[in-house]
Amino acid sequence: MDHAILMASGADEEVDIMVHGLLSYKIGGQTLWITTSHVNILIVMLILIGFAFMINRKMKHATDVPDTLQNIAELIVEKLDGVVEGVMGGNAKKLRNYVSTIFLFILFSNISGLFGLRPPTADYGTTFAMALITFTMITFCKFKYQKVSGVVKGLCDPWVFWAPINLIGDIAVPVSLSLRLFANVLSGTIIMALVYALLGKIALVWPAALHFYFDLFSGAIQTYVFCMLTMTYVNQAMDTE
Amino acid sequence: MITGNDLILACSAIGAGLAVIAGIGPGIGQGIAAGHAASAVGRNPGAKSDITSTMLLGQAVAETTGLYGLLVAILLLFVKPLAK
Repeated sequence: MDHAILMASGADEEVDIMVHGLLSYKIGGQTLWITTSHVNILIVMLILIGFAFMINRKMKHATDVPDTLQNIAELIVEKLDGVVEGVMGGNAKKLRNYVSTIFLFILFSNISGLFGLRPPTADYGTTFAMALITFTMITFCKFKYQKVSGVVKGLCDPWVFWAPINLIGDIAVPVSLSLRLFANVLSGTIIMALVYALLGKIALVWPAALHFYFDLFSGAIQTYVFCMLTMTYVNQAMDTE
Repeated sequence: MITGNDLILACSAIGAGLAVIAGIGPGIGQGIAAGHAASAVGRNPGAKSDITSTMLLGQAVAETTGLYGLLVAILLLFVKPLAK
């Protein structure tokens, strides 16, 4: 961030949107960094794991008439299963664990911006890793369900010379999937950081509306979209016709 | 005194502004999708949830091109790949 803009607006805070390295170590001549993203992912994961343990202990003594915690857990599982079943139909059983996991992780990551963390999904490493998992899944399902002949046939779809274009189309899937989530969350983070840094003195209650839009609404929509596209692509790969 | 580096930074800022014009396309596209979804709900109110999820999915895919423009702008402003 250029200092001239900050000084012109009279802000005394630095705009902080970047990922910071916390400690570095060298392996085989390569410097690896433990960054703030790793720490934030760890925090999100700890919250999710703690929640999971709590629910697990509760569900061992599940009752017919559910109390609050059991009710919440059943509601979440039922809703997620319903979404997966609505898109994938008969294939839902194979994918619902993965989609539910990734849904909760992305949702908690996006919402963590509300609690002052830099969302882990605003780091391209995180989203690209998730998109790579999806891509591996798509490719695996293609080879498993359509066999090698089906994959080759799909690659040379209208004509043999279309193969490079189809290949680029396949590779564009994880790139666009990860960039979409990353850019959405990053733009929200940048706008919130600019609001707090440049309008720090008058940013009292009204940024709550911005938080509602950028963290909750946009975060939930992007989570939904990522899971939806994952399901659609995998379902397409499972099609054997 | 304007050095070459300053000129590059200024042009980067202008380029970032130009790159964000890419937002026009997705804006129009998403508006069209939302308009058609609204008329579809008017014709068939029973299918509201299906229509909404289809609309959101299509809009999110259409949004990608705009986000590429945004990404270019962010890179130009914060990473400054051209400046020394």
